[in-house]
Amino acid sequence: MSQVPLSWFLVLSALLFALGVAGFLFRRNIITVFMSIELMLNAVNLSFIAFAYQHKDVSGHLFVFFVMVVAAAEAAVGLAIILTVFKNRATLNIDDISSMKD
Amino acid sequence: MLLWLIPLFPLAGFAINGIFGRRFPKALVNAVAVGSVLLSFLWVLKTLAAGAPLNGPITERYFTWIQSGTLSIGVDMTVDRLTAVMLLIVTGIGSLIHIYSIGYMAHEGGYYRFFAYMNLFMFFMLTLVLAANYLLLFVGWEGVGLCSYLLIGFYFDKKFATDAGNKAFIVNRIGDFGFSLAAFLIFRQFGSLDFSVVSGQAAGAPTAMLTAIGLLLLLGACGKSAQIPLYVWLPDAMAGPTPVSALIHAATMVTAGVYMTARSWPIYVHAPQAMETIAIIGTATAFFAATIGLAQNDIKKVFAYSTVSQLGYMFVGVGVGAFSAGIYHLMTHAFFKALLFLGSGAVIHSLSGEQDMRHMGGLRGKIPWTFWTMMCAAVAIAGVPPFAGFWSKDAILLAAHAHAPWMYWAGTVTAGLTAFYVFRAMFLTFFGSYRGNHHPHESPAVMLAPLAVLAALSLAGGWLFKVPEFLSAVFPAQEVPEDAGLMAISTAAGLIGIAVAYLMYVAKPALADSFADGFKGLYWLVYNKYFVDEIYDAAVVAPVVDGSRAVLWKGVDAGLIDGSVNGIGARCRNLGSVLRLWQSGNIRSYATWVLVGAVVMIVAIGMAGGAR
Amino acid sequence: MDVILFLIFATIAVVAAVNVVVQSHPISSAISLIGVMGSLAVLYLLLGAEFIAAAQVIVYAGAVMVLFLFVIMLLNAGTETRQSKSETAHLLGVPALLVFALLLAYFIRSQPDSGVHFGGFTGGSAQAVGRALFTTYLLPFEVTSVLILIAIVGAIVLARKEI
Repeated sequence: MSQVPLSWFLVLSALLFALGVAGFLFRRNIITVFMSIELMLNAVNLSFIAFAYQHKDVSGHLFVFFVMVVAAAEAAVGLAIILTVFKNRATLNIDDISSMKD
Repeated sequence: MLLWLIPLFPLAGFAINGIFGRRFPKALVNAVAVGSVLLSFLWVLKTLAAGAPLNGPITERYFTWIQSGTLSIGVDMTVDRLTAVMLLIVTGIGSLIHIYSIGYMAHEGGYYRFFAYMNLFMFFMLTLVLAANYLLLFVGWEGVGLCSYLLIGFYFDKKFATDAGNKAFIVNRIGDFGFSLAAFLIFRQFGSLDFSVVSGQAAGAPTAMLTAIGLLLLLGACGKSAQIPLYVWLPDAMAGPTPVSALIHAATMVTAGVYMTARSWPIYVHAPQAMETIAIIGTATAFFAATIGLAQNDIKKVFAYSTVSQLGYMFVGVGVGAFSAGIYHLMTHAFFKALLFLGSGAVIHSLSGEQDMRHMGGLRGKIPWTFWTMMCAAVAIAGVPPFAGFWSKDAILLAAHAHAPWMYWAGTVTAGLTAFYVFRAMFLTFFGSYRGNHHPHESPAVMLAPLAVLAALSLAGGWLFKVPEFLSAVFPAQEVPEDAGLMAISTAAGLIGIAVAYLMYVAKPALADSFADGFKGLYWLVYNKYFVDEIYDAAVVAPVVDGSRAVLWKGVDAGLIDGSVNGIGARCRNLGSVLRLWQSGNIRSYATWVLVGAVVMIVAIGMAGGAR
Repeated sequence: MDVILFLIFATIAVVAAVNVVVQSHPISSAISLIGVMGSLAVLYLLLGAEFIAAAQVIVYAGAVMVLFLFVIMLLNAGTETRQSKSETAHLLGVPALLVFALLLAYFIRSQPDSGVHFGGFTGGSAQAVGRALFTTYLLPFEVTSVLILIAIVGAIVLARKEI
């Protein structure tokens, strides 16, 4: 019993991912939405590491490495875009930044 | 033998005058146009001299035009005695009319265009005559129809002229439809469209098929040669310049139907019902048209109905089996009818465009040359012996009597009517006192010379060119007893016609009007050509046009086709406006749909057995 | 021992994640996210991913989240006001989310279950990751370096002050 079943890790990952999706769908602040995205990415990273343990393959770790790099780059650019949007629209409400009619 | 040169000279004339004629001086246009036809005539003479005595056909095969499965059609030309007669008529009278046109068209606009079209017509007509198979003949057939349309509508700024051109072409087309069907059947039956093949195998073909082919060819001939029921275009075709009426609608194009029927004699000889139909239609047309010609006041219309009537005679000849008699009459008719038309053209020219005979009269002193040449034609057409018309008409009438006596009697009455209306026209125009306000002057020599030549031919052409003996080598023999009594009766009919006309229009001019008043109803009917045009208009033309407009245009084209095309556009637009709502600009709804899509994909992959 | 560790830090991670989603002030959400990342780093250690755990703390928690905090403070983002609602998101999103979670649960249940204990996987050391990175995965490595360059340039261009 000193061993943790692998499925628990996967359940945790799924839970975190679902919470991330919920935050993405139901929050109004752009930055909070962004943070939900980061939460989703972290959940997926956990899955990868768990499977790397199961298959005893370091490739899972490599994949997480790349996910982290991309997430960092994405966060940088995304936040820059948010800054620009804020300059133009003066609001951080995700529903108000659309300029499409109707 | 180089037969292809015969049609080539006029074609070259057409090309040169058509492309460069606008910049040529009139003399050069004349030289090219008349010269090409004269060259053609000379080449015909040379060919006939080289090929004499022409006991069998001379065929030249040039190249294979269509090769498709079992169908093989070549561009082939053939000359036999029948072709020889037609070639001489077409090129000889064609040359004379071209020379005449130099004078007649001298003051008209579009001079080079006229001669270009005339040359093109000569090309197609010669192709028709020289063709060795039905398809090449059809090429010429359609081509002369086209040139007829172009030349009838030559004064294209006049609506009645263009309408007449349309009418001619459209009515002809109905006949062409029959011809095409006949050609299909001929191929079906004989496997080839060559005349030689057809004549060789006609004896063994089933009669029903031959009758069908014969009747369909007759439909084509009715269109081209203006027989009942497709004659209505010929009187309207008088809207074209008079040389056109002379060449195309008297001497050559309208005889193409007779020529084609004569050429198809192997088919007709074995399809007696078709031949009977030809004879009946010919007799009916001859009589019917003659009655209409009695009451017309336009000089050209009189001769137009006369042409229809005389073509009826030719069909009677062909229909009773006297093919060479029919061709004989074709030749003599070409002489005197061309002369009558050219002469009336000279009259019209001298009166600066007047065509109504009620405004003519007493012209024999003022334009004597025209008068005497036309008189030669008039006695010829009336059948006065020993001039041209007498020989050919009697050949036909005797053969008709041997076949079915009622045709002889109908033909004789028609002969009387013919003499009457021709001499009515002559007396109204040249006798009495002048009833108009122009200054009649004689036509120039270039117009009078062809008249003189044609007058000589009208007088002497009958006993000079013994066509039936010449053509006995081509057509099957027919025994027709010489009956002096019948010949005397038909000649007497003609003389009676002349006498009555003299009585009514020279001796007692008031008699004509009292006669018309006495038979008011009949006169009104005949004067209005039995309202045939109006009947056709109401029964055929109006329903077709209105039906097209209502059903095909509004219903099918606007409703169905435009509707479906526009409908596709409208449906796309509707679909687009529905799909547009999906692009709301709301990021959260986008994200939701992404999630839904992810769920669907997971389910799909799971059901398909996993992503392994 | 491992189980207890797992349960403690899994609980912290879930609670912090719920906090991220629920809190109205972005700063609170950001701090909670840092908590999530920290507990995940411990779980990575449990799974033998030493290098990745370190990278998680240094890069993710230490750099990316700090960036987030800076931007929040720069924009002076206040608490969220309750204003608009997206019907699509609520109507469609809730059921979709439930279905999604159930699907995940279903697929997880059907996985073979091996046990995890600390030290069960030794191939996650820096040496192993480095070796794989510079041999098998060299091309993606070089490409991601270009990607970072693009991201830097992009961020600078987007966020600079117009003169």
